Amino acid sequence: MDIHLLWIPLLPFLGFVFNGLLGRRIGTRAVSAIACGLPIISFLISYRAWRHVVDVGSPQHWDGFPWIWIDGLVEIPFSLHFDGLAAVMCLVITGVGSIIHLYSIGYMRGDPGYHRYFAYLNLFMTFMLLLVLGDNLLLMFIGWEGVGLCSYLLIGFWYEDDANCAAGRKAFIMNRIGDFAFLLGIFLCLTHFGTLAMSALTDVNQIQTVAAQTLTIPLLGSVGLVTTIVVLLFIGATGKSAQIPLYVWLPDAMAGPTPVSALIHAATMVTSGVYLCCRLMPLFQAAPAALTLIAGIGACTALLAALIAFGQNDIKKVLAYSTVSQLGYMFFAIGVGAFSAAFFHVVTHAFFKALLFLGSGSVIHAMHHQQDMRKMGGLRKQLPFTHITFLVGTLAIAGVPPLAGFFSKDEILFAGFEQGFLGGSGAAMLFWGISFLTAGMTAFYMIRCVAMTFWGESRIDPDLEGKVHEPGGWIGLSLLVLAIASALGGFLNVPEFLGGHASLGHFTGLQQGHEGLTEQALHALHAAEWQSMILSLLIAGSGLLLAFHCYGKGKDLRRRFIESGPGQLLGRLSANKFYVDEFYNSVFVRPFETISHLMFILIDRILIDGILVSGTALLTRNVGHLFRKMQTGFIPGYLLTFACGVLVLLFMLLNFLRQGGAQ
Amino acid sequence: MFSLATLLYLSALLFSIGTYGVLARRNILVVLMSLELMLNAVNIAIVSFGRAHALTAFSGEHGGQIFTLMVLAVAAAEAAIGLSLLLVIWRRWKSIDLRQLCQLNG
Amino acid sequence: MIPELESFNLPVLSLITMTPAVGAILLSLVDRNNKALLRQAALMISCLTLLFSLLMIGNFDNAVGTMQLEEQHTWIESLGISYHLGVDGISVLLVLLTSFSMPLVFLSTWSAIDDRVKEFQIALLLLQTGMIGAFLALDLILFYFFYEAMLIPMYLIIGIWGGRERIYAALKFFIYTMVGSLLMFLAILYLYQHTGTFDLPLMLERIRSTHPLGPDQQFWLFSAFTLSFAIKVPLFPLHTWLPDAHVQAPTAGSVVLAGVLLKMGTYGLLRFSIPLFSDAAFDLQGVMCWLAIIGIIFGACMALVQNDIKKLIAYSSVSHLGFVVLACFIPSVEAITGGILQMVNHGLSTGMLFLMIGIIYERRHTRELADYGGLAKVIPMYTIFFLIAVLSSIGLPGLNGFVGEFLILFAVFRDFPLWGVLASTGVVLGALYLLNMVKRFLFGPIVHEENRTVADLSVREIIYLLPFVVMMFWLGLYPAPFINMVKPTLVLYVEMLKS
Repeated sequence: MDIHLLWIPLLPFLGFVFNGLLGRRIGTRAVSAIACGLPIISFLISYRAWRHVVDVGSPQHWDGFPWIWIDGLVEIPFSLHFDGLAAVMCLVITGVGSIIHLYSIGYMRGDPGYHRYFAYLNLFMTFMLLLVLGDNLLLMFIGWEGVGLCSYLLIGFWYEDDANCAAGRKAFIMNRIGDFAFLLGIFLCLTHFGTLAMSALTDVNQIQTVAAQTLTIPLLGSVGLVTTIVVLLFIGATGKSAQIPLYVWLPDAMAGPTPVSALIHAATMVTSGVYLCCRLMPLFQAAPAALTLIAGIGACTALLAALIAFGQNDIKKVLAYSTVSQLGYMFFAIGVGAFSAAFFHVVTHAFFKALLFLGSGSVIHAMHHQQDMRKMGGLRKQLPFTHITFLVGTLAIAGVPPLAGFFSKDEILFAGFEQGFLGGSGAAMLFWGISFLTAGMTAFYMIRCVAMTFWGESRIDPDLEGKVHEPGGWIGLSLLVLAIASALGGFLNVPEFLGGHASLGHFTGLQQGHEGLTEQALHALHAAEWQSMILSLLIAGSGLLLAFHCYGKGKDLRRRFIESGPGQLLGRLSANKFYVDEFYNSVFVRPFETISHLMFILIDRILIDGILVSGTALLTRNVGHLFRKMQTGFIPGYLLTFACGVLVLLFMLLNFLRQGGAQ
Repeated sequence: MFSLATLLYLSALLFSIGTYGVLARRNILVVLMSLELMLNAVNIAIVSFGRAHALTAFSGEHGGQIFTLMVLAVAAAEAAIGLSLLLVIWRRWKSIDLRQLCQLNG
Repeated sequence: MIPELESFNLPVLSLITMTPAVGAILLSLVDRNNKALLRQAALMISCLTLLFSLLMIGNFDNAVGTMQLEEQHTWIESLGISYHLGVDGISVLLVLLTSFSMPLVFLSTWSAIDDRVKEFQIALLLLQTGMIGAFLALDLILFYFFYEAMLIPMYLIIGIWGGRERIYAALKFFIYTMVGSLLMFLAILYLYQHTGTFDLPLMLERIRSTHPLGPDQQFWLFSAFTLSFAIKVPLFPLHTWLPDAHVQAPTAGSVVLAGVLLKMGTYGLLRFSIPLFSDAAFDLQGVMCWLAIIGIIFGACMALVQNDIKKLIAYSSVSHLGFVVLACFIPSVEAITGGILQMVNHGLSTGMLFLMIGIIYERRHTRELADYGGLAKVIPMYTIFFLIAVLSSIGLPGLNGFVGEFLILFAVFRDFPLWGVLASTGVVLGALYLLNMVKRFLFGPIVHEENRTVADLSVREIIYLLPFVVMMFWLGLYPAPFINMVKPTLVLYVEMLKS
């Protein structure tokens, strides 16, 4: 009974309640102290719990209380579980989260909704931690939906603008579509496992018994039960983690304040889909067909998002698509069975993407909320510190050794390489190729972003000239800390062939050991890892060099490409995000609204109310009119009817009597 | 003395005349008179039955006569109310023709 | 179980039922111009009823699945009609919901109703007696009496204190409901002729042993009962009276209508239609479930295209109660537990939404979404409460709505996967139309100048909204006490259905 685990999510919640209720009265200083202090305490508690897990070697657990609990039928407790995986995730969330809270003090200064902002941010931390710590799928689902709610609230934080609200709503609904599948997955788990406890869902024996069963689905025929569950859960993950086909909300989500983008839409929430996969690793491993699908979706998302990122001029949009692309990487890794690499990328991505977003926030803040990179340029001089840290982040994401992204991305690519070329899987080979190409594109568009923002000639509005200053204080400090983390984060999990111990992978229990391999096989594996690493270095390097060239001396080359036929086509597609939003609008959203309208008029108004309800009333009235004529008001007429009636009755009576007499 | 059948024929005849009067005449006064005729036809029938079944009837020897007295009383009350209504109708519409008094038509 | 209370041996159920009616009689003696006294007295009476309900909970034994706290007195002996009240797991939460929400409704009318205050309070009190009586009655005639008795005050509330087209709405409401209940009355008489009793437990026993009903009899009787209840729910396609009634009714009327009155339909299905005619219920399961699913999706689609807030919420009720009807026809403890919780949850969330719309209506006198927008800045407190109610209605995990929906959808999905999948789309659609409404209602720029000066919640308003919020969190995070009250009854109930 480790009740202190409860404090990890509870503390930010207290911050939410306090700031939400009293924030308006107590002043910004107190609001910031509470809002930042409590997550930091959460971080410390997580740290102590982590130390405990490291020292003792066994996870911590809080049994909690019954939640949705019908004795003997549905038993879902409210209980928390803190193992290696959760520990790392908690540390990242509370650590990066606290830094972003501190950053926000500077960024949000003077905003009329200051206390509201911090209340939401704390609420987000609560739900995110609950998602991570929840010991069963449904408790995780509370966090899962809760972070979606906070995302909704924070995207629409500046709700006076309709576009922001629309973006928030879009995010929530896209997530809900994913959650619909997630919920079905939960139902299947509960039906066939009889419980939602993580321990049962990851128990190999139980999975085997369930895996033997199949489901018959219309159109698809007979499908393995575990495969179905995994696909459904994965669809849930595509919503939260912005994968094809539900990724379109994430770029729009950039409408929120930039620190929110850093925390929610880059570092933590969007990676919860990957976390889900890692948490349920044995279940996912039992569904190879589903894994292939995941790898494919991941790789395609990575490519598509990278292509779109080329054509974006909004600095945050570039980062947003880059996030989608990196998330695609993570799912590709899951798909090829490299859960450890995927999770490692979650961690490093949290560092460098948070850094990049906060850097862009620093730029936007300095530029008085100008986000268009075409109106930037040459900011290196005004914002030297931001420039350096942003560059660190860029190189990290591009995969330049020895920065964080290099290690994690290399591991992912190797996993694909291994399954594709060593394992001889055609699909994996293809997806590896896509991911490999994307690695070069990532380097290219990130350098493009840096070049347009910080290098070259200044294209700043004349009004802003001279007003652009390096934001100091909390903003600078946060950038520094994250830059260090992005630079060194990769050393958490140095692979064995480079002389490391893959410590993160082992600690989280996601790393597959090489115990069964002979010396020789291990040797061959290491050789392959070297080959893969050299390849990825080459592609990243060429992407970088090409970008340096294009945005440095080789402007002509760039112009020539842009003006060429395929260049124009690509440019248009990229700038318009491949018309996916338009496609969704015209195929799903608008027809649905039209049909609803039509149904309202046809079925409700005309058929039911018009024909059936008013029709009945009309019928009654008309029949009444018909019989009204009989009411002449002429009394002898009535009497005649009466007399005739009596006669008929008499006749019947007599008839009856006569028959009775016959008996 | 007359037999029961003869008396019942008389009663039926009176009743039919009364019914005809009620149905065919338009003057309320005549209708009321015809109504009286019908009541009295029934009275004749009751008295006749009373006499025919005097020994076996449950109500004893004079059951028929007693019942007839009841009907006469009720008929008197009815005639009183009917005539007073008639008076009111006359004052209100200056007519006692049923054809003109059909305001309750639909 | 509180042993000390047992020794008193109070007729608790009669007290709960009759207190409002007695109160109404007392209230009729008060001077009609003394509005303050009238309002306070009505509030006190409803609080007293709540107190008696809590006493009922204190005496309610969670371990027992049969009828509890029964009271039976002969009423019309020659016809076998008795005054028979009792409470079990199916009704206990609904009684509690009724007596919980009435004081809050009374509090809300303090500012909303200023015309004919006396009559209004009396009508509401009589309505309360009708509702609680119908939930507690175990004699079919007694039930029918209360069931019809609810109709008249509600008819008057809509017809007198309603909006512009109140007469049309009131008539529509009355005739719709009347048609159903007359058929039900015929069915009740037939049942009496068949079994020789009006007493529900006795009748149930006789139908299951000595006086079984043939398939045709079951079909027609089930149809007659179910039609009446389906109109009350309302089940697609019998729902069109609801939007009109809601739009025209005054706030308190809408709250009671959505909060409690609609549950009379689903309660009736659970209490009468299904157990009395279980074979017919089983045969018609498909039809009923499809109608429920169509209702879920259709109601949501309709809600999406409404411009009137009250109409939107009314259609959302159609959608939400579709879940309950679906649950009623799935014979499993999980589903019906979920169904009962969903009834309570819908009462809380929709009741609160109507109260809040009433609050804004008092200030701006319009219900058109187009007349609002940007209110979040002007009335932040209101926005918070409204968001909580909306999120509860959407079924956000951690709030009450989720628990019921989860149990229902899980049980449906387990037994009938296709229905489960279709019904689950309601979860997505719910988010769609409610967030659409929130966006148009509270967010965005302020378009109308009048909205800049709208006043935020007053203390009185916060006082009557807060209990809703507390219950939402309680039911969302720790529903175990409520589930425990319901469960033993449902175990017996499902066993009976399956035998």
